[in-house]
Amino acid sequence: MRVVLHLFLQSSRISRKRAFLTIASIAWGTVSILLLLSFGEGLKRQFSKNRNSTGGNIAVMWPSETTKSWKGMPPGRPIRLTLDDVDYVRERMPELRSVLGEVVSWRTNLAYGPKTVNGRVLGTQAVYGETRRHYAVAGGRFFNDGDEAEKRRVVFLGDELAKDIFGKEDPVGRTLLLNNSPFTVIGVMVHKRQMGVYGGPDENHAVIPSTTFKALFGRDRLNVLVIETWQPEEMAGALKRLNEILGSKHGYDPTDDRALATWNIVKTSQINRNVALGLQIFLGIIGVLTLVIGGVGVANIMFAVVKERTREIGVKMALGARTSWITGPFVLEGLVYTLVGGAAGMLIALLLVTPLGYLPIEKNAVLEFLGRPTLSPAIGFVTAAVLGLIGTLAGYFPARRAAAIDPAATLRYE
Amino acid sequence: MAKDVTPAPAADGAIIRMEGIRKVYDTGTVRVEALKGIDLVVRKGEFVAIVGPSGSGKSTLMNLIGCLDTPTDGAYFLAGERVAGLTRDQLADVRNRRVGFVFQSFNLLPQITSLENVEMPLLFGGVPPKKRRERAAEMLAKVGLADRMDHKPTELSGGQMQRVAIARAMAMSPDILLADEPTGNLDSTSGGDIMSVFADLWRQGSTLLVITHDAGLARRASRVVEIQDGRIVGGSGVGGPAAIEFSAPHP
Repeated sequence: MRVVLHLFLQSSRISRKRAFLTIASIAWGTVSILLLLSFGEGLKRQFSKNRNSTGGNIAVMWPSETTKSWKGMPPGRPIRLTLDDVDYVRERMPELRSVLGEVVSWRTNLAYGPKTVNGRVLGTQAVYGETRRHYAVAGGRFFNDGDEAEKRRVVFLGDELAKDIFGKEDPVGRTLLLNNSPFTVIGVMVHKRQMGVYGGPDENHAVIPSTTFKALFGRDRLNVLVIETWQPEEMAGALKRLNEILGSKHGYDPTDDRALATWNIVKTSQINRNVALGLQIFLGIIGVLTLVIGGVGVANIMFAVVKERTREIGVKMALGARTSWITGPFVLEGLVYTLVGGAAGMLIALLLVTPLGYLPIEKNAVLEFLGRPTLSPAIGFVTAAVLGLIGTLAGYFPARRAAAIDPAATLRYE
Repeated sequence: MAKDVTPAPAADGAIIRMEGIRKVYDTGTVRVEALKGIDLVVRKGEFVAIVGPSGSGKSTLMNLIGCLDTPTDGAYFLAGERVAGLTRDQLADVRNRRVGFVFQSFNLLPQITSLENVEMPLLFGGVPPKKRRERAAEMLAKVGLADRMDHKPTELSGGQMQRVAIARAMAMSPDILLADEPTGNLDSTSGGDIMSVFADLWRQGSTLLVITHDAGLARRASRVVEIQDGRIVGGSGVGGPAAIEFSAPHP
């Protein structure tokens, strides 16, 4: 190895320009692979963030009509759930992370001073704030169990709705009239890019405690029942059990998956995740191909060097160089070019991507979808592995050709 | 002599013992028999000149002697060691320790200094860096280039380059120095210089085998072997401790 190193240092003194060009091509390839992968990573994270903005491992159910006969009753019966069913399920399925019901009043009159708008008002439980990602802008809060127990007249506003009513004014603490009943605004939702929407975007509704809703509107019939599991893989079993519990209570076949029309967001997110992953793999392949082109460049130059140094190699063989002393410097040279180029490329990519992390993507429809390009350790690892492989191969094949040189043939002729 | 004999005893002083050596180049379409049965013995301390017209097989013979190539047929003992069935790396080691090469076209490595050129075989021979440097400097001083150690080959004259090549060839104290037309690319003055260097080496006890067209150089040899058409056809000037041995019929 010492001999190889010595020979390598001796030969690398020459052709700095060529070395520079080769290193630059590898750096370029590395930058491309890193940018593409970081773009993919940003997209994936944004996908996941947007998906999570509706909720984590949740499933949404709309009470509908039975499609199977059950205990002598014909299909086509409507299923009705009320706020009581929320407690009923919560008691019987303690394994769930949360259970909540939503009661809705569409086109409700919302008035503040001279300003009047028609909006959607949702009655639900305090746990909704966390489960459905209704985080409050600083200075406000979502309503809590106390508000619910006391049937307090408090309202939490979606950010778009708040803007419609209050404009630039801070709504928190103001009094809003819901169907002429005064409510105190206790919070405004932090803006989010929502991918899974049902009923309407969260930014456009007003949320109040279900107890208050029942008192005000005189209704407790659920529009929607939402359950949340701790882990995504628990969802299928949870839905089965839920139908058994509610099926026996409300008299429908537990295998009738139409009685409660169900949107299993966990399943949808899995698909989204796979799409994002597929996209990232695709981008990665493009990046790897770019890098391979750089590697071919290195190999090409190394082949040229071998050809150019044929006589030199023959002389070294005549002087007693072993095969590995002939091949070693070439392999090392290929590796050094690749690794130096790779390191330079990584640095450049880092310098390019880091400022992108501070890009203001909020409120920009395209960027909110694309997300910010992000470099992760995994990306670095993949790139380093690809670089190492390409570097080794780019040196190996030319070295093999060098080793095949017949010293007698190269020294025989002038 | 019979082929496939038992290894020749090194004690007889034969540095080179070739028995019935044949070399056939077969390119698929053309089959050239470059050597047609060579028996040759070179003993320690001899200065043998091989002469013959071009195409006679001189260079092929030198490649075989130098272990750069292997014979198609026949037995070859270098310093008593049978050179057959050795791996590439073993052959490389044999070349490194036993043989020193001097070429017509010098074949110095152009990017490195004279000193580094001379160090090269020492590097392959596993000599540690400090000793390597000392030995290389000593060899260059011996050929009168003590003041050219840090010069690159392109900064030297032809005669100087060939002297560097000789220093390089002798660095590992080989059993034999092989030179292929060492004065072929030199003017007569430089050629004369090189001849003197060879003569000095011989006087100091080295074994030399030189292929040459140069009558002046051949005259200095202790023995001349003439090759023609792949066969040894004659010899004269028997010198040194041993007589010429060849089995080829005299014309």
